[in-house]
Amino acid sequence: MTVIEPKGPEVPAKRPRRAHAAELSAFGEPFLWAHGGALAIGIVLIIGFLVLVLWNGIATFWPRPVAVVTLEDGSLVAGEPSRTEPFRPGPELLSSLSETQRQTVAAADGWAERRLYRIGNYDLYNEDFRWIADYAVARVDYPPEMVFVERLEWGPFVGMVQALAVGGETRTAASLRPGELQSELAKAQDRWQRIRHIERSLIGAVNHEMERERLAVRRAILDHGAGSPAALAAQAAAERRMKPLEERYQALAAEARAIKDADAAVTITLADVGGRDKTMPLSQVVRIYAANDLSLIEKLGVYVSRWWEFLSEEPREANTEGGVFPAIFGTFAMTLLMVIVVAPFGVITALYLREYAKQGRLVSIVRISVNNLAGVPSIVYGVFGLGFFAYILGGSIDDLFYPERLPSPTFGTGGLLWASLTLALLTVPVVIVATEEALAAVPRSMREGSLACGASKWQTIRNIVLPRAMPGILTGLILAMARGAGEVAPLMLVGVVKLAPELPIDGYFPYVHLERSFMHLGFHIYDVGFQSRNSEAGKPMVFVTTLLLIGLVAAMNATAIVIRNRLKRKFAVGHF
Amino acid sequence: MDAAATTTRDAFEPTEYHQAKSSQGEIIEIKDFNLWYGQAQALHDVNMTIEKGMVTALIGPSGCGKSTLLRCLNRMNDLIDNLKIKGRMTMDGMDIYAPGVDVIGLRKRMGMVFQKPNPFPKSIFENVVYPLRVDGVRDRRELEEACRRSLEAAALWDEVKERLEDNALGLSGGQQQRLCIARAIASDPDVLLMDEPCSALDPIATSRIEELIDELRGTYTIIIVTHNMQQAARISQNTAFMYLGRLIEYGQTEVMFTSPFQRRTQDYVTGRFG
Repeated sequence: MTVIEPKGPEVPAKRPRRAHAAELSAFGEPFLWAHGGALAIGIVLIIGFLVLVLWNGIATFWPRPVAVVTLEDGSLVAGEPSRTEPFRPGPELLSSLSETQRQTVAAADGWAERRLYRIGNYDLYNEDFRWIADYAVARVDYPPEMVFVERLEWGPFVGMVQALAVGGETRTAASLRPGELQSELAKAQDRWQRIRHIERSLIGAVNHEMERERLAVRRAILDHGAGSPAALAAQAAAERRMKPLEERYQALAAEARAIKDADAAVTITLADVGGRDKTMPLSQVVRIYAANDLSLIEKLGVYVSRWWEFLSEEPREANTEGGVFPAIFGTFAMTLLMVIVVAPFGVITALYLREYAKQGRLVSIVRISVNNLAGVPSIVYGVFGLGFFAYILGGSIDDLFYPERLPSPTFGTGGLLWASLTLALLTVPVVIVATEEALAAVPRSMREGSLACGASKWQTIRNIVLPRAMPGILTGLILAMARGAGEVAPLMLVGVVKLAPELPIDGYFPYVHLERSFMHLGFHIYDVGFQSRNSEAGKPMVFVTTLLLIGLVAAMNATAIVIRNRLKRKFAVGHF
Repeated sequence: MDAAATTTRDAFEPTEYHQAKSSQGEIIEIKDFNLWYGQAQALHDVNMTIEKGMVTALIGPSGCGKSTLLRCLNRMNDLIDNLKIKGRMTMDGMDIYAPGVDVIGLRKRMGMVFQKPNPFPKSIFENVVYPLRVDGVRDRRELEEACRRSLEAAALWDEVKERLEDNALGLSGGQQQRLCIARAIASDPDVLLMDEPCSALDPIATSRIEELIDELRGTYTIIIVTHNMQQAARISQNTAFMYLGRLIEYGQTEVMFTSPFQRRTQDYVTGRFG
């Protein structure tokens, strides 16, 4: 076939047109998949993490049924079934098994399944959890008479109610009227609360006053010297005032004893499936429910009451049980105090750097240094906070204002104030950088407009620049807050403790005690998860506490974001 | 263009005709004024006098230094680092650049309107009374009186009197610019500096501003930088033509636009370059 060349006027040779297929980047978006993929991985990780925490956190307090497992050898085990896992029985274990069991294991290539039961009854068996291999199980029942008992001490009890003794009159489980146990329990808890109130609040107040008297005497001795007339007078006055206090203390102690005696007369006898029983005061019981015989409403009731306990009570049993209220309060108070310190400090610094300092090499060095401060490991700040704030500053404050309390330190050790200041130091670079950017983003025309009206530089900053930069500054504060609330390592050095039931705010003068050590949700997670005697029992608490910490940080940030958006709307009205 | 071919008469000598027209005398005098941004010289030996109560237009191609000159008058250029000046500028005989001069007081005597409307993100009322607020005026009656007077003078009162508490950013571009004029005259200055006040506005808004400038003439001495030669011809009494940092010619507007002394002025006003 011949090709007929078109005949026409000669076209001048052109640069060959670029062939599209040759260069993907010329017409396509070759990295779109990479961009989207990176984003997708990030989102999956975050969502996966949140779902894990949410699911475990939300499910923890839901009451679970109690299984009674009959083993092949005829013994009984009762407990809440939790997770299962495959395992490979060792040769020793295999040799102790029966022939049929060995065959079952061998059929599964030497693997077997086992299930973890929360058997409770730590005081009887010295273990809370027990693994039971599937091949050892003969039968699993859920008898309706099984109860799950949460106690103030020794963790939960799993078993049956045998008898209830009220003032010498003993009733067996069968003769109990429905609801009688719960009403007696409510009364017993009431008594317990009253004892606690007397011991903690009333006797606490008396002790507080006695301590004040003791300190006053010591102060007088320190000021005027031992044996001086002033010191002797103070001593006499203190003794005079101590008398009624002493009497009040005796009266309160007697009242508490009386209630305790009455309380000891009401006991509950519980029996476990192994046939051992346990008698204890009913007031030691926190919650009792028939785990296999609950309607949905009753389950919801248990669930809600557990959440309420968690949010409003103090921890017990090495933090693995009870609530985390002091930790919530501590985290909140510390973060708030940190923001109160860091906001003016960071903003004023940034104002100087951006508005007043002559831009040059020195300011650049300062700016780079500030940026790099954000990268210093937080534990270093903790060490600095302990050394500078607690020991040097706090020690000096103690020497000057609280010499009568020495050698026990007041401000000279970790505490809420020092922790907040340390975190403020840690987060101040974030605030400075964000504020500087916000200030730089204020249009020059705004400043010029204000200056041309005859406003001074400060008036311009105060009236025009700062309000306009406020949303950006708040963004910086939000970042600082998120970082500060989630920080744990430095806090362990400057005031966070495992257990501090005394809140930093109470009814004793001066009402706000910034020198007190406090609890923190982040540290609580670490402590419950890794420092408690029973990590299996602590695990659900880790998830719940994590959920709570995330919730708290999210709530605080949401508040700040709402404020910021309200400010932003003010400036976002259409131009033209 | 061939600079050497033209006569060199950098300083303006008022014509007799012009002197006769000038009744109120001079308010600003600029003498041998030079300015450098770092190494680059932006103004070369500028000499001119501004007459009281007149509208003086500064025209010239981009980058000729007219805005720089304007911003030197109320010392807005102080904000720029590495700025060096030489020469004298006086207002009513007071040296603007004397050491220790009250810059804030100076700016209160010279209202300024910028190229782009720059109302503050506050209410219309607060925008107008801002110069009084920074003066420390607290009396509500006085503020309201000043607000009304300024807005009326800026021909904006009827449009906004119902919504003085609304955010000023909700106004249209032309309204915003008139608001800025109202703000500039709220503190009752002597001089009004306008840096291309209409360049960001549409023709209708522009004509309203021009009318306004016409009305304000006499009460205030107005110095206006403009790119628009028709605008300069329409609203000004005196016109200064600047080129490459030099004042080429300065005179009565009619003369400048009909029979300028300088070739370059003629070329520029007739649109042959620029």
